[in-house]
Amino acid sequence: MNLKEAVKKSKAYLCLECGKCTGICPISKFNRGYSPRILVNKTLRKNDTTLLKDKNIWNCLTCRLCDEQCPADIDYIELTQAIRIEAQRIGEEAFCSHGGAAQSLMRIMTSESLQQKRLDWIDKNLKVAGTGEVLYFVGCLPYFDALFTETGVETLRAARATVKILNHIGVTPVILHQERCCGHDLLWSGDLENFKKLAEQNINEIKKCGAKKIIFSCPEGYRTFKLDYPKYFDCDFEVQYITDVISEAISNKNVKFKDFNKTVTFQDPCRLGRHLGVYDTPREAITTIPKIQFIEMPRTRNRAICCGVSAWMNCSTFSKSIQLMRLKEAKKTGANLLILSCPKCEIHFNCAMKDEKAGKDAKIETIQLVTLVADAIEE
Amino acid sequence: MNNNFQPKIIAFCCNWCSYPAADAAGISRLQYPANIRIVRVMCGGRVTTGLVLKAFELGADGVLIATCHFEDCHYLFGAKRASEVHKITEKLVQILGIEPERLRLDWISAAEAPKFAKVVKEFVEAVKKVGPSPIRKKVTDDKYQIPEEIK
Repeated sequence: MNLKEAVKKSKAYLCLECGKCTGICPISKFNRGYSPRILVNKTLRKNDTTLLKDKNIWNCLTCRLCDEQCPADIDYIELTQAIRIEAQRIGEEAFCSHGGAAQSLMRIMTSESLQQKRLDWIDKNLKVAGTGEVLYFVGCLPYFDALFTETGVETLRAARATVKILNHIGVTPVILHQERCCGHDLLWSGDLENFKKLAEQNINEIKKCGAKKIIFSCPEGYRTFKLDYPKYFDCDFEVQYITDVISEAISNKNVKFKDFNKTVTFQDPCRLGRHLGVYDTPREAITTIPKIQFIEMPRTRNRAICCGVSAWMNCSTFSKSIQLMRLKEAKKTGANLLILSCPKCEIHFNCAMKDEKAGKDAKIETIQLVTLVADAIEE
Repeated sequence: MNNNFQPKIIAFCCNWCSYPAADAAGISRLQYPANIRIVRVMCGGRVTTGLVLKAFELGADGVLIATCHFEDCHYLFGAKRASEVHKITEKLVQILGIEPERLRLDWISAAEAPKFAKVVKEFVEAVKKVGPSPIRKKVTDDKYQIPEEIK
């Protein structure tokens, strides 16, 4: 897709130049040099050669907050994706955080001869299968767990919790030995070629194991399988997010919860909320737990603020400011536990809390939604 | 296994200890295999997980990180940092399914030229035993093509 097609598809030509996108953009709030409106404007200009070399195109969090506000209904994030793919094609590259470790991991995974050893996290009390109807797509959790040990986040707890929940409602999920990264981050940083390689390998692996339904605990993987894979490949899997599974189990009275005496608040991840419209089932899962006190943050549901970094690129002081702003907002509600459902949100918030500038008003305990639910299940 | 296999190994050497050791090994005409490509870094603590993984991504068969001994580190904490980062990288490499023999951390002071030659010899032997990297030549991205002259 070239830029002209992207403009047509995202309806960027309808831009009214009202600037609502820049007004609401969390990056623009702190980084005065970045403005979605100007970037749309630049894309529409004829013979503009500076767009693809502009460093600002990598700043967008693709959190879709601007699209929610846009009176002309422009799909800005799709446009951003197309611009990034074009920029990557002419040799421009984003600034990768963590020394490019995450990107390297994903690109290494495109190699077909790689034999990963990624299942060490499965405990003896978890039941998993090699073939079957239902698949649990773990994603990059084993890698994140190793790469971000220094932030004190154990992302694999979420994977164990998910299997525990599935086991409890009588499902023995398939877990793939040679599952690859879903390719979300490569796609959003413009590396379409390697994204396709990863996607192809994943689809082949899934077809081999015979699964019809895929369950996710990571919102990014869910989004990529639901919206992006069908765009490039033909795949007819049913995909489901773990909170949908939990809410089904609750309505079928398959699960019972213990009391949980804490005041909590919930951060909507952008991929799950604004990208896919899943707002209610996570809340249902939280509020069904007895004695839990659930408080919403002022900016919630489709107005939730993103965790500040996307696709492991362009982490900067602006990202830190966004994270601290959000953490303070969470703390101000009076909650003492922040529930997250995306592993990246957890890593980013915990990293921000380790910052010297983070005061006491930004320190709040975090937990993954699935971990909370799994711990609260009555055996 | 092909006996003619010549591994390509990236060695990150710190400016204050291991690089002078390599230098001294050359000056005193100590023999060691020519499979290593030395990258001089100011400190072993500079070698991040990203750098090591990038080397593997581009097709390196092995990565050697050589730093000062803990107590001689020019920047006091650099060598320690290198070993912390190495621990994380080791785990990632293991999950990826890359053989653990392909990554090595060693401490070589500026006076230990014979040790440098010995470490390189041992490492090259170990990598030769495990064979070519599973990632080698699989990366087809034009940008990361290895230049013809060093192929």
